[in-house]
Amino acid sequence: MCLGIPGKVIGIDGMEATVDFFGVRRLVRLDVVDEPVALGDYVLNHVGFAIRRIPESEVAETLRLFAELAAAGDDQDLLAADLRAELAATQEGKK
Amino acid sequence: MSAGASDGAELKFRDPGRAHELTTALARLVQSLGRAPVTLMHVCGTHEQAIARFGLRAGLPPALHVIMGPGCPVCVTDLCEVDEGVALALQGVRIATYGDMVKLPGSSKSLADAQAEGAQIEVVYSATQAVELARASDRPLVFFASGFETTAVATAAILLAQPPANFSVLSAHKYVPPAMEAVARLPEARVEGFLAAGHAAVITGYGLFEDFARRHRTPVVVAGFEPLDILAALVKLLEMIRDGEHSVANAYPRCVTREGNRRAQESLWRVFQAVAGPWRGIGVIPDGNLQLREEWAALDARRRFRIDVSGLKQATQSELSRRCLCGKIMVGLVEPTDCPLFGRECLPDSPVGACMVSSEGTCKIWHQYGGRPDLGGTS
Repeated sequence: MCLGIPGKVIGIDGMEATVDFFGVRRLVRLDVVDEPVALGDYVLNHVGFAIRRIPESEVAETLRLFAELAAAGDDQDLLAADLRAELAATQEGKK
Repeated sequence: MSAGASDGAELKFRDPGRAHELTTALARLVQSLGRAPVTLMHVCGTHEQAIARFGLRAGLPPALHVIMGPGCPVCVTDLCEVDEGVALALQGVRIATYGDMVKLPGSSKSLADAQAEGAQIEVVYSATQAVELARASDRPLVFFASGFETTAVATAAILLAQPPANFSVLSAHKYVPPAMEAVARLPEARVEGFLAAGHAAVITGYGLFEDFARRHRTPVVVAGFEPLDILAALVKLLEMIRDGEHSVANAYPRCVTREGNRRAQESLWRVFQAVAGPWRGIGVIPDGNLQLREEWAALDARRRFRIDVSGLKQATQSELSRRCLCGKIMVGLVEPTDCPLFGRECLPDSPVGACMVSSEGTCKIWHQYGGRPDLGGTS
């Protein structure tokens, strides 16, 4: 539950951002993010809130582990399951 | 036991050469300390998941013990806190909570038991979803909130964003630094260095641990979750022990800064205050519980409802729960495989102790990744 998940900001509407998580678009809250975010930034998200804007130079390194876990479909894999829970904690986009 | 670390294919390092360098350095450092064993503690379920999943213990020198401390927020949720949730649910109040909380045993009942008796328990993945459930009806809804400071920040943000009047919070949120303090004071634990949890430190910053490291003459390294991050952090910890550095190193600079996330801290402390409270299996931890401040009384389920837990207390513990070693496991004094119930009477589907309930519990992690997840390695 402390894992968090990184994603790319592709839309901002007030306190809400549309974030692309490995191809899945979801809404996350920006209430407690540490720095102002702009389109194209990557953010680390936990239970539906962005908690850290990831510096550009660190993005690739941060995404590596998560991309591998996102690809793991095994239900028995607790890390991958926690990552799916982080995704489920974000809101579906409004149509 | 489908994802056992004994399967060589599980040991996927993106840079095997670097992993070998790091494990060689660990062996050299432990030997240079000239005393064995050396015990290092991490306090994060996600670290344990990564250590087990990637079979990291297989590559550690035998004289280096890396153990998990109180790093599972659901596991340390106290019996009396579960009783409060169960009592509210049985009083007819709708409860929303994180999935791992549902099976967590209380004094005599879990939320799942209450649900079987007709109580309404909703599983949510976020505080936002709990608020949405409240908005969808006029009936009272209590969000039974668990998690360390990283998760408590989300609960705080939700309260600051004016939730509906029928919404309130039953806080089982816990604050990790005081629990590290408690473990560091246990003479029998003999922990020589701590790995601090990466994402809790995103919020609090690593500066918070500097005073702790000095007072306990114990180095602290903030670590990320990549297998190589963890090995590198262990190398750093041993170097600091060797050099007598009682300070803090940040081995996760891409996410953690010295001052942390100020905005999140502000939200957290506007809503919560740290008070002494019970941690399951460990005891009362000074400043260990995050309680809603007086100003938020209207949204605090403990102040809003009369919660009567007296019917749930049991005069005697069951035979099984008396044999459960969760308390000792959570402070790192014994390992899951030392418990006579582990994998026998205590299983993920029928947990006796809290450590087998949560995906961040040591027992559940060890069970899922194959018993004692370091026996199969050969590196």
